[in-house]
Amino acid sequence: MKNKYIYIAVIAALGLASCEPEFETEVNDASYSAGEADFSSYVAVGNSLTAGYMDGTVFRGGQAYSYPNLLAQKFAIVGGGAFTQPSFADDVNNLGGLMLGGVQIGGTRLVIDFAAGGPEPIVGTPTVEVSNLQATAYNNMGVPGAKSFHLLTPGYGNLGGVALGTANPYFVRHATSANATVLGDAMSKNPTFFTNWIGSNDVLSYATSGGIGVDQTGNFDPSTYGGNDITDPQVFAGTYNLIVNGGTHPVLGPITGLTSNGAKGVVATIPSVTSIPFFTTVPYNPLTKSVLGQGNDAVGEATINALNAQLYGPLKQALTVFGAGNRINLLSTTASNPLLIKDESLTNLSAQLTAAFTPTLGAATAAFYGQVFGQARQATSQDLVLLTTRLAIGTAPVGVPAPLDKYGITYPLEDKHILIPTEKTAIANATASYNNTIKSIAAAQNLAVADMNAIMNRLVNGLRLEDGQIYTADYFAGASNLSTVLFSLDGVHPNPRGYAVIANEIIKVINSHYKAKLPIYEVGGFPGVTVLGSN
Amino acid sequence: MRKLLSMTLLALAGTSAFAGGYRVSLQGQKQLAMGHTGVAVVNSAEVMFFNPAGMSFLEDKFNASVGANALFAKTKFQNETYNWQNSTDNMGTPFNVYASYKINNWLSAGIAVYTPYGSEVEWDRDWQGSHLVNNIDLQAIYIQPTISLKVSDEFAIGGGPIYVTGSVSFDRNLNRSLANEAENRTDVNLEAKGITAWGYTAGFMFNPCKEIRLGVNYRSEIIMEARGGDATFNDVPAFAQGTYSTTTFNADLPLPAELTAGLSFNVTDKWMIAFDYNRTMWRAYESLNVDFDNSVPTSVNPRNYHDTNTYRVGTQYKATDKFTFRAGWYKDESPISSGYFAPETPRNDSMGYTGGLTYQINKKLGVDASFLYLHFDEVDASYDHYQENGQTIPFGGTYKSTVFSPGVGLTYSF
Repeated sequence: MKNKYIYIAVIAALGLASCEPEFETEVNDASYSAGEADFSSYVAVGNSLTAGYMDGTVFRGGQAYSYPNLLAQKFAIVGGGAFTQPSFADDVNNLGGLMLGGVQIGGTRLVIDFAAGGPEPIVGTPTVEVSNLQATAYNNMGVPGAKSFHLLTPGYGNLGGVALGTANPYFVRHATSANATVLGDAMSKNPTFFTNWIGSNDVLSYATSGGIGVDQTGNFDPSTYGGNDITDPQVFAGTYNLIVNGGTHPVLGPITGLTSNGAKGVVATIPSVTSIPFFTTVPYNPLTKSVLGQGNDAVGEATINALNAQLYGPLKQALTVFGAGNRINLLSTTASNPLLIKDESLTNLSAQLTAAFTPTLGAATAAFYGQVFGQARQATSQDLVLLTTRLAIGTAPVGVPAPLDKYGITYPLEDKHILIPTEKTAIANATASYNNTIKSIAAAQNLAVADMNAIMNRLVNGLRLEDGQIYTADYFAGASNLSTVLFSLDGVHPNPRGYAVIANEIIKVINSHYKAKLPIYEVGGFPGVTVLGSN
Repeated sequence: MRKLLSMTLLALAGTSAFAGGYRVSLQGQKQLAMGHTGVAVVNSAEVMFFNPAGMSFLEDKFNASVGANALFAKTKFQNETYNWQNSTDNMGTPFNVYASYKINNWLSAGIAVYTPYGSEVEWDRDWQGSHLVNNIDLQAIYIQPTISLKVSDEFAIGGGPIYVTGSVSFDRNLNRSLANEAENRTDVNLEAKGITAWGYTAGFMFNPCKEIRLGVNYRSEIIMEARGGDATFNDVPAFAQGTYSTTTFNADLPLPAELTAGLSFNVTDKWMIAFDYNRTMWRAYESLNVDFDNSVPTSVNPRNYHDTNTYRVGTQYKATDKFTFRAGWYKDESPISSGYFAPETPRNDSMGYTGGLTYQINKKLGVDASFLYLHFDEVDASYDHYQENGQTIPFGGTYKSTVFSPGVGLTYSF
């Protein structure tokens, strides 16, 4: 009988001793390493892209997806320290936008209203108050709107300068003092590792304004620049060198640069505008008979015939006389027709057209036509139509009577609506020059380079990422690309999924350049654009 | 006795019956302890599952076996690219009830109730593979009235119809990123209860000499046809609620046919060795298609299983009148083809190690105990047939499973 209990005890013991599955090589935080990098104090400098700006603003929920914040979470696995971002705790309703002394100066975040269709600001009043000063240096020193030289500019965070346009409302909120500089506040965190993605706005604001600013190449005094101007490449190079290496600025005096304390880091190149949905979404030739007939092909065909007979035909005839007949072609009832635009680089034929139209239209009307169409031409595939222009097409220019009251159809779209080839060239030249500067300064300091320009250009044709999905730089097109779109609804800034792609690319650069081993994010799990049932 | 049986059945049928895989070889304490051999073994009423023909060769007039297992299935998952770790621990209680009665010298009849298929896997909600599965619970109870004809002292046939009653519950996220306004991920929950189906089993047993038995058994494929199950979409963002509304669904899940052949050999009066070979016709499971009643597109989930072989060996030693000891081993092939390793059935090839004993309290009543340890090698595997926006999105990593299952049973005969 004694044996019985032994046997039963053995069985009972087996019943309780259940095995745990164990891997030969367990993946855990110890599987990763920082390599040559030291992430104990990571500081990010840059502009809106670094701040986590998306859907036209910084909002509390979006800021959490800034690429520096995503990077910091991976750095934390291999010894990264605490990472702080400017406080948006006052964005209680997660709307973004900005208030200055109770007056709204920045729009709320864009959403898709499923009931209405297109993107629109989410309904509500912002609660982010610029004058609510935090006076704190943060690890994320991305300042939306900042150009390269702004990082060195004292007073860029002075509340009194916001209304004057000399200060940046986002920097005002957290500048440590009215006279602090972005770089100075960044360096107060004593970075051991940094990312620097500054420079986009030195050319982008010119591009997103349709090229209404001035290409300041040759003007070495940035204090004379307008907000939409292109920064002189030498000014950019000098500024960028100071930001990275430090040195003595002729006016501002000694500057402590990001690498001053031996910090390692990643610098990022500037994406070319032709890879951003803001410039690639609206086609140059959207005018089909269906569009012109507002869905009715017969009406559209009649409209086209009338336009040809009354406007395009006579205009082409007159221009042909002056050797410029190729500016205008008759509209086609079968093809998609180009938009009518103003090209300020063309010879102004106002006087000639006025003279030509006077016999039929009378002097006053002819003069008006001459003035309107003196530099008009039809858009070509070489022109870039701004995303915001979509809403202008077909609307009435201020004070213009029928039949010329339709932008892009009977009245040329203006400079601010379109990037013409000369403007594109100025942008491309500046971008190329800046990127050469960034790469050469990085090479001299043996810093890692995240070539965002190259990555963005690959996205244009679709980039297959680790998770198997092909991501593109397309603008949100509805359910068809809900899971693959990387850009937010402002067409310039990424959405959370896009920022995850950026974080991954920087991680890969760190892994290869600094011999680190960091895990990446699964991009497909990140949210895309915000679609609401109603707004 | 009948009252006891029916009460046990009721108590067990109410619990979730399964774990860690979809074919669960735990159909009797004595035979499990011998590597789950049994197509040519006549030990107890358990033979009604392994080979109904063997009923004819049971010595007693009445034989009953009742048993249940505690099945602990654990799977760990990791992926180094993304620093992913996850795990799932599941516990199930498969059970069986067998009772046979020798009506006369050539005819035996009985009833068998057992649970050969099932799966319960519950991952953390919204885990990395949640677009494939959050949790699944498949239950199927086989009820098998059985007869056996003894053609001669050397040869018997047996078989019977199988009535299956089952249920399935399945939950997964709609895709990798969709969430509602409160940032809760959108998921679909499928639930079908009271699914019934019919099948059959048939076999023969041949005893060429006193020491050797040969047996062959076939159990037919049974397709669980879920019709009008409830499909509930949870945490759907407002803009998508028009499409993803509560509806019903239809889906078919095959419980594959199994052909078993084997032999047992009595080395001495006390010592027996048995060999079984199973061929499981998993090829039937090509795809799990969920057809929704509303405008939600049919969910097509390729499975592409292939037929599998299982090789079993077991042995039994009657040490005393009171004690019998058993041990066994088997090699179980996974039906999952490369690139089809879905986390709802994280199961690769395995080796089973079994053991157990019977303590005979008196001539009529015995207590059986058994254990099973299933060893899985760790495996780098992925499911490469999930579609998102027309692209195939693989999901994979390294998986490692263990299954452990102690069981107890009672045998009663006179």
